[in-house]
Formats: sequence, C-alpha cells, structure tokens
Amino acid sequence: MNKPLRRIAIFCGLLVLALLIRDNWLQYVKADELRTAGDNRRVAIERYAAPRGDIIVDGEPITGSVETKAGDFKYKRTYKNGPMWAPVTGYSSQAFDSTQLEKINDGILTGNDDRLFFRNTLDMLTGKPKQGGNVVTTLNAAAQKAAYAGLKNQGGKGAVVALEPSTGKILSLASYPSYDPSSFAGSRDGDAAAWGKLQKKSDSADPMLNRALRETYPPGSTFKVVTAAAALESGKYSSADQKTDSPLPWVMPGTQTELKNEGNIPCKDATMRVALQFSCNTVFGKIGADLGNDKMLEEAKKFGFTSEHFTPTRANASVFGKDMNDSQTALSSIGQFDTAATPLQMAMVASAVANDGKLMKPYMVDSLQSSGIDPIEKTEPQELNQPLSPGNAQILQSMMETVVKDGTGKNAQINGVTVGGKTGTAQHGVENSENPYAWFISYAKLPDHSAPVAVAVVIEDDNAVRDDISGGGLAAPIAKNVMEAVINSKK
Amino acid sequence: MSSTTNTPTHQTSTIGSIGAPSRRNTELALLIFAVVIPVFAYANVGLALNDQVPAGLLGYGFGLGLLAGVAHLAVRKFAPYADPLLLPLATLLNGLGLVAIWRLDQSKLLQSIHVAGGKATNQLIYTAMGITLFVVVLIFLKEHRTLQRYTYISMVVALFLLLLPLVPGLGANVYGAKIWIQIGSFTIQPGEFAKIVLAVFFAGYLMVKRDALALASRRFMGLYLPRGRDLGPILVVWFISILILVFETDLGTSLLFFGMFVIMLYVATERTSWIVFGLLMSAAGAVGVASFEPHIQVRVQAWLNPFHEYELSRTPGVTGVHSDQLQQALWAFGSGGTLGTGWGQGHSELIRFAANSDFILATFGEELGLAGLMAILLIYGLIVERGVRTALAARDPFGKMLAVGLSGAFALQVFVVAGGVMGLIPLTGMTMPFLAYGGSSVIANWALIGILIRISDTARRPAPSPAASPDAEMTQIVRPGATGPDPQ
Repeated sequence: MNKPLRRIAIFCGLLVLALLIRDNWLQYVKADELRTAGDNRRVAIERYAAPRGDIIVDGEPITGSVETKAGDFKYKRTYKNGPMWAPVTGYSSQAFDSTQLEKINDGILTGNDDRLFFRNTLDMLTGKPKQGGNVVTTLNAAAQKAAYAGLKNQGGKGAVVALEPSTGKILSLASYPSYDPSSFAGSRDGDAAAWGKLQKKSDSADPMLNRALRETYPPGSTFKVVTAAAALESGKYSSADQKTDSPLPWVMPGTQTELKNEGNIPCKDATMRVALQFSCNTVFGKIGADLGNDKMLEEAKKFGFTSEHFTPTRANASVFGKDMNDSQTALSSIGQFDTAATPLQMAMVASAVANDGKLMKPYMVDSLQSSGIDPIEKTEPQELNQPLSPGNAQILQSMMETVVKDGTGKNAQINGVTVGGKTGTAQHGVENSENPYAWFISYAKLPDHSAPVAVAVVIEDDNAVRDDISGGGLAAPIAKNVMEAVINSKK
Repeated sequence: MSSTTNTPTHQTSTIGSIGAPSRRNTELALLIFAVVIPVFAYANVGLALNDQVPAGLLGYGFGLGLLAGVAHLAVRKFAPYADPLLLPLATLLNGLGLVAIWRLDQSKLLQSIHVAGGKATNQLIYTAMGITLFVVVLIFLKEHRTLQRYTYISMVVALFLLLLPLVPGLGANVYGAKIWIQIGSFTIQPGEFAKIVLAVFFAGYLMVKRDALALASRRFMGLYLPRGRDLGPILVVWFISILILVFETDLGTSLLFFGMFVIMLYVATERTSWIVFGLLMSAAGAVGVASFEPHIQVRVQAWLNPFHEYELSRTPGVTGVHSDQLQQALWAFGSGGTLGTGWGQGHSELIRFAANSDFILATFGEELGLAGLMAILLIYGLIVERGVRTALAARDPFGKMLAVGLSGAFALQVFVVAGGVMGLIPLTGMTMPFLAYGGSSVIANWALIGILIRISDTARRPAPSPAASPDAEMTQIVRPGATGPDPQ
C-alpha cells in the first residue's frame, strides 16, 4: 500500500506547489497592478490617510484638512470661504473625486509627486509623517472678496475674472451662484445628499458650473473692443478721432434688415471714439463687415478666441464664427450671432489693450512648494500673443477711457485712477426673448502708467427688470470694486 | 533536543536495546515557538492599531500557552511516541488565526456589519473546546483500530450529519449555502465533522473490501471495473452525499468528500484506473451540477471575471447576487506584495462579511505578504506531509487508510479554500482549517489532529514484541482489533 501512498504525497505536494505558484503570481508578478488599481479602495484610503497640502492665497491657506471620526478615510478636505474660492480650488471629495486645482496638482497636494520624493524620504528617515506640498496661487484675496460680494449682492448669476495685464496673473476668479466644496468632501450620507442637491438636475442655477472659465456668453458690445482693434490693425484707421463711413440707418449687406442702435445716439459717420462711447452697433457692424470674416476671425484669434486656455484649469474656447457672410460678420462684430466668450476671454481682451497690445498667458498657480515651503516649481509669465501694436493699443486705451469718463461706463470711475472700459448688453434667447446679459470689461491705470488690473464682469439676471439691465448699471460697479481692491492692496 | 525516553514496556521487550526516540522534548521546544510567535504577532497588532501593547497580551499568551501545555501533556501521557510536529504546527496556525481574528475585531467597518467584535474571545473558547476534544480523543481512543468497529455506524452518522441542515427549522441558510444548523444562537457546520466520520467509514469499508475491489473486477474499455456488489454501498453513500450537498448548494464540501473517497480508494486498491475513473466522475458531476445550479454558476462567473462581478455589485439596479469579495481579496493580496503591510496595517476588512471566515487568508496575504503567506501554506503542507508520513508508517491498513484519508481531505480543503480565495479555482465557501473564525471548523480539525496523533503514536511505538513474521502488515491484519490476543 505504500506506493500509492507516496503518489498521494506527491499529489498533495503538487496542490501546495500550485498554491505557492499562484501566490507568487498574485503577490509578486501582479502585485503592483493590483495595488494601484483605481477601484482598489486602498488607493483612496492611502490618499486620505494624511492631510493634503494647501492651496494658498496671499500667504494664507484657503483649504484645510480635518480628521474624520468615522469611516476608513482619515482626513477630509475643508475649505475656508468655500463658495467664494470654489472656482479656483475646485473640490476634493472622498466620494466624488476632485476637480480643477485640487485635481491638477493632486500629486503635489497628496505628496505623491515624484518631485517630493527626496523630501518624503527625508521625512521618513526623520520619522515625520508624509506631508503634501502646497499650491501657491496668484489670486488676490481682496479682489476675490469684492468680486464675490458684488455678484452675491446682485443676486443673479454671473462671473468675474480679473487679471494682471503685465503678467497674466489671475487676481480674481469668481462665479455665482457657487457651492461649498466642504459640504461633500467626506463620504457619508450627508455628503452624498449635499452633492445631489448641487447637481444641475436638482438645482437649475447649476451652482457647480464654473462660469468664469466654463461658460460662454454672447459678449455683446464688449466685443466692439476687438472690432476696434481689428480696424486699427488693418491700417484703415490710424486714429480714434477719424470719421468712419457710417450711414444711419445702415442696412446689413445682402439683406433688407437694418442694424439698430440702442436709442437715439449720434452714430452717423461717428468717430470710433464716439461710436465706442455710445456703443454704436451700426458703426462697428459696418467696420466688421467691411473688414470681412477672415480679418475679424484672425484678430479674434489673436486675442485668444477659438482656443482653450489652461490656467492650468481648463477654460472653454470662446467662439467667433468662420465662413460667415457679411451680414453675419457684421452681427458677430458687435458680439451677437455666433460670437460667444468666456469671462476669462473678455478679461484677456481688456488686459491685452491695457498692456500696450501684449497678451500674457493667464495663469493662477504662482508656484508649487513642498510642505517645508521649499520651492518646487515657479510659473514664469509667458507672452501668448501680440493682438495689436503698442501704438494702436494706446489709441484703443484712449477710446476705452472715454467710455468711462463720458460714456456708458461712468459707474466704473475711480478717483485718481484712469479707468478704461466697455459696457455690453448682450441679447439672448430666441428673438431676444430672455433677459440680456450685462457685461463690463475694464482696466485701471495708475498715474505712473502701470496697469495693475483688467477685469471682466458678466451678469445673467433672470429676475431683474429688463430695462434695468445694462452693462454700465449692473456690471460696472462690481468691476470698479474689484479694481479698487487690487489697487488698494498694492499700496 | 530529542530524548530517548524508553517506557518500561520497551525495556523489558526482548528486542528493545535500541530505543525509538519519543521526541516529546522536541515537540515541547517547537510548541514554545508556536506560542511565542502568535504572542509577538498579537503585540504587533496592538502596537500597529492602537500604538500600545494590547492589554490582553498576558491573558492571551497565558491562554494559548495553557492550551498548548495541556495538549502537550496529554500527548506526553497518552501518545508518547506521536509525531512531534503535528501539535506545534496546528497550535501555531490556531494562534495566528486568533491574532488575525482579533485584528479584524478592531475594524470599525466589520463591527458595523456585525461580522467582527469580540470574535477572538469566542474563537479562544472554541479553541479550548477543540483542544479538549483533542485530549478526549487521546484519552479514550487508546487504539485507532477501535474505530474500525464503527464502520457502518459511521456511515449512518455521516449521513445524519449531512442531512441535518435540511431539517426544517434546524438548518440555516447563510449567504446561499445551507450547510449550517442553528440551535438557539449557536450555529454548527456538521459538514466539518462529517469529514472525519466519513473517513472512518471509508477506511473501515475499504479495508474489508479492498481485495475484492482490486482483484475481482471486469475489464471494460481498458478500465478495471469492480463488481457492483463491492462498489454498490460506496457509490450509494457517495451519491447520497452529493445529492444532499447539491441541495445544500455546497460545492466545496462535496468536492472534498469525493476527493477523499478517490484518494482512499486508490490507496486501497493500488489501481491507477480509479484515479481516471474518479476524475471523470468528478468532472461529470461538476459540469452536471453547475448546469442547473445558479449558485454555482455565479461562483464560476465570479471566478472567471471577478472584476465584472465587482462592478455589478456596485451598479445600482442590477438584480441577482453579485459579490465583490473575490476582487477585493485579489486587491488585498496584491496590496500586500512581497513583504506585506505588517500586522494591522492592511485593509482586508474591505472584503466585509466573510473577512474573518472564508477569506481570512487574504488578511494574512495582505499583512504578512508573499513571504508570510508562503510560510503559512508550507505549514499546511507540513501538516499534510506529517499525516501522509503517518500513513506510511502505520502498520495496519485501516490506520494507513484513515491517516491518508484525513490528511488528503485536509490537503484538499486547504487547496480548495486557498485556491478559491486566490482566484485559482472557483470559490466554494469553506474555511481555512485553524485560521478561520468558526467553532465547528476548529473543533473538528483538532479532533482530526488528535486522530492523526493517535495513529502516529501507534505507528511509531516500538514493537511490543518481536515480530512473529517478517511481514508485519499481514500479521496485524489477522489481529481483529485492539481487544484481540497478541499474535505471539
């Protein structure tokens, strides 16, 4: 009986061997793949095992971490003044992933970035827990506060973007209505409920939409600044005070439709300065049609239209049509028809004008640093384009300054500061049935000729009385407050 | 470390100038290791989870040490020549199992679904009961051949045990398998005990019928088929077991019983054709059962594509039973890697309700890593090896058969559970002997170790008298059990 017994022994040995081989396959060959699989909850557990690094504005963190009492995630994200900063930070939620800066700089914030390897190793040797690095933003807390408070007082929906023209630094990025990313940072039932309530299907105001970067609106009359720039760049106009060939009424080419102005304003053969001051549709519509679709598109592209911008948070591409006929080009040139722009895009337009024609790439991350505030990476300002020559930029500046001094933008005036701006009231809805959007783009220039801030404000107010809506009335005061906040914080 | 303690019997025997070493001191030294290692592990868990040496460390160490000591003394007294490795190996596994269960007890997630929390205390009580049964086996089963008398009673008992869960009001359907019986708040898994009783029946029956099965066979298509009257009873018992198990939807146990049966038949008849026959039958049986049993189809699906099953289990609105367990276990193994996360620092609680029973191996895999898990698999391998060695050393066919049956069943159980948990074969829902939480399993396996120790003691005991015949095996067959007169 011993021969079969020995064979049984071998058989049992083979069973154990099979288990050992399988074990090696799982825990050695496939180990990394299994360990890092996205659905493996350990990845998330590890991710929330230590406090995240912070997002910093003006030297102060606008984020934080708290230890959670329940569940297997040890820390969750908190936000200071969450709704105000949400368009900047995005969110980092245990249950709903993360977005924007929280997502883009996740490696730095969690401390998993390769560039933190040395620091982590050092911490490990000295027995310190692993710590995430920080993201230092370019934002200006005072400007952001002014922007958010302005939008909130207005009560409708809207967005504000403020840039530093000389560098492209984003100083303010506000969107309203907003949300508090703290409310769903955890993974409890309450977090899921808070998340559910913020979704567009349960809240038509769509509070989680980042209107400053991700929503495009018809820019209305603010786009006339681009049209004016195209006119100057084309060489057809060399001065703000040169008379234009603008009949009134003006019938759009190829149609029997007259392009109307808002009210009875002096637009017949007006100079560009006057046309911008009173916001003449006929003048800029005709300039656009005369320049043609290609020239207009080319200039719009130079200002940044038709491409996405990465700040590093992605901003939607703004739209200017191509292959349009002359009447469509005319409408597009006054910011109607297919033209649509993000608030960031319009802030870039104002900023390029203020910066003597040089458009800087907008950015909001100044630097990345380790937890020990050693610098890891610094963002250097980058020139994106030169949409107009310094000379033409100065002509355009003088036109925009007239708008604020004597025209539709008086509400943006600041004592002792030269402000240039442009209002816009964009028609919206089928047959202009819905309330229009109120726009204001502007920049401020100090007596030393430096331009510390350019800003774009858009308000979509479904509840306002229609006749009250105008860029100058609703949007300009917010822009003024933001510019003042920036100027005061420079002092 | 070994000693050569010779019993008085031995010294007076005519042949006994060369004393067989009893190896009891070796066993004691190994046992100390087998207690110290889990005690360290216990301290390790406490330090990892709560940054302090657990308050119960002394009690735990004392408890485990006491149980091991009692078992050792019982072996020293009642089975002095027993294999010295079996007890320490089983103690080590049992001790590590207790630590892992205690570690899972600390998991808030498992506490919240009432799987863990205080289970280690229960398991310690079960271990005490198991070791008590172990001692009882050693005291009352003075001679393993006594069991031979109960061949047919064993058959009845085995069937009774297997039928119990089907009794209305007594059986409890837990997570799809009806293999538990419930009395008050106690649940017992009769299958674990049936394993041992069935081995006794097979051993007794095959010992009597082995010649008939091996020799009186007709050749059919190249295979030697036994006569129906020899095979009949076994086939009937096997078939009934399978039927019961199909109704109880427990593929693992039926596979285990059938495997044990084939192994013992092969050892009894020494005919390779039985292996072929057995494999064919098991394949046919498995395919047949799987074709109409949804519970088993689900298991096979989950084995083939655990991730899909994981996703289904998370998708709202998907009907049917979908379990993410296997995928969770695979992640646990992978996350452990080569060296593991260390005691208490893994997240095997994500496996949820079976984390401390069927899937406890995943905790070991994650926290002790490839190195630790291989060590544990080798410990199982060693237990099986000692069992088969006992079978080789046994002088009587009944002892050989019983030893190989029990160790073969043990090996199959380890393979089926570990293979299932590691995704090598479909999951069948049995528990790792000694490691997993559960009273029936621990108690039954201690009884199994007790019987193996009894057989090994008999096998290694120096011959009480000069062998009357050079063929000792033949001589002993003539002897009708322990009560018969010694053939001198």
